[in-house]
Amino acid sequence: MDRIPILKLGGALIVTIQVDMHDRLAVALEEDLSERIVRTGARGVLIEISALEIVDSFIGRMLDNIAAVSRVLDAEVVVVGMRPAVAITLVELGLTLAGIKTALNVERGMAMIQARLAEEDADGVESAHGHREE
Amino acid sequence: MAIARSERLPIRSGDDVVRVRQITRTLSVEAGFGLVDQTKIVTAASELARNTLDYGGGGEVHCELLHEGRRKGLRLTFEDQGPGIPDVEKALTDHYTTGGGLGLGLGGAKRLSNEFHIESTVGVGTRVTIARWKST
Amino acid sequence: MATDGTEVLIRTIASEEGEILAGWLSLLKTGGSLQSGRIREAELETQAKSVLGLLRDALRSGGTKADGEAYGALRDTLGDISRSRAIQGFTPTDTANFVLSLKEPVFDALSRASADDATQVAAGTWSASKVLDQLGLHTMEVFLQSREEIIGRQGEEIAELSTPVVRLWDGIIALPLIGTLDSARTGVVMENLLQAIVDEEAEIAIIDITGVPTVDTLVAQHLLKAIAAARLMGADCIVSGIRPQIAQTMVHLGVELNVVSKATLADAFAVALRRTGRTVVRKASVLPDENRR
Repeated sequence: MDRIPILKLGGALIVTIQVDMHDRLAVALEEDLSERIVRTGARGVLIEISALEIVDSFIGRMLDNIAAVSRVLDAEVVVVGMRPAVAITLVELGLTLAGIKTALNVERGMAMIQARLAEEDADGVESAHGHREE
Repeated sequence: MAIARSERLPIRSGDDVVRVRQITRTLSVEAGFGLVDQTKIVTAASELARNTLDYGGGGEVHCELLHEGRRKGLRLTFEDQGPGIPDVEKALTDHYTTGGGLGLGLGGAKRLSNEFHIESTVGVGTRVTIARWKST
Repeated sequence: MATDGTEVLIRTIASEEGEILAGWLSLLKTGGSLQSGRIREAELETQAKSVLGLLRDALRSGGTKADGEAYGALRDTLGDISRSRAIQGFTPTDTANFVLSLKEPVFDALSRASADDATQVAAGTWSASKVLDQLGLHTMEVFLQSREEIIGRQGEEIAELSTPVVRLWDGIIALPLIGTLDSARTGVVMENLLQAIVDEEAEIAIIDITGVPTVDTLVAQHLLKAIAAARLMGADCIVSGIRPQIAQTMVHLGVELNVVSKATLADAFAVALRRTGRTVVRKASVLPDENRR
């Protein structure tokens, strides 16, 4: 059974969802992501969904879970590339994806993540992953 | 009203849910739906198929391509012999869930469709029918 | 009795076809079908001839049951004629009269053909009446349906035309809404808005509602949907053009637009520029001071 590949770029992890997700794959992705965030100290997770023709409440729940776990691990989740037809349908469906940032594409999403990191570093505040830098 | 095409699919696994989405997509293209309408009905079908699988213990869907005069439509009937829904009104309210889902499946499918009909008897099963017509 | 009537009718139409056609056409012409120039004489003749022929065939195989299968071809032909009349701008009465004016020449023919037998004339007349009334109604129905389709299409075109999206600057688009926002229109608005966000790679979309007459709870809901959809695609929205009366109505109704709102499009544009990291700088004036007023 395949697992969804996770790429590392700068201080962020990028996941591209291209296949029809089913339960096992979704659970595997959530596990893999949490593990990679901790291992790499990533501060951002970019989820690229431009290949998704459908986003239903199952995918919605998966995205909420990923966002919640990432938040606890001090990483910001940005969902990018949503198709217009999908956005219109999600609004009708009532799926708000509240608490998940969105951007038009990977470029904008990464810019968002870098901006947040730059802001925090500039503040000179000791970040949560400071202790991981040993 | 004429039934131009009729397909029945079992819903017994996650892969079946994928197949339901695919056949719904194919039929909605045949009915001449625009992209947004296609997305709406395929998403509604996905919600109801998952419900059938997760709460109904599995079941089947009956897909029908309809012709009524000059307009074309797609009707999907999801049926299971599961535990049934004791309070349908409540089940239709958003965010009400008994299984840890988002609770948007039934209400959402209703909002995404032109027609929605549900029959459910505790201990016997549930049947949900949705239909979408091509907007002229 | 009914079968006799049909037989008489079939016989009469067969033997008097020429006279019936001539009588019919002359009635149609005097009735004004050609005067407005919307249809040519040759076209009218062809249509009449075809209909009469199909009627004769249908009577033979299907009696007077105008909604039966035997009348399929005739109904289709009448449907086509009716639809083209609708597009050509004829009134529903004109179109129904096309069929109903066939009665007079047929009744005349029946009187001539069965002159010595009043019962036959009566039976034939009754059958003819029955069939032609049904066909006349069918023509009306198709006509009305076509008009409705035209109106529906025009409605769509109006909806499309009244939701243009304008690019104000790099990454900043504006959507001036004119007219009321109902659920059908909201769909079109959302599609245009989202497609523009993709095409222009917009970060900010300004929705200007100066041209929206009232904002009640429903309209607000539709607006919020559009704003939510835009957000899912990474674009922030600013609502502008809220007139004082609208603001008051909204407060009275308890309507809340949880989005930044500005009174004018200009204000909204200024906010959008600031948010995307830009400033507007006035350069030194080129004109001498006395002329600057």
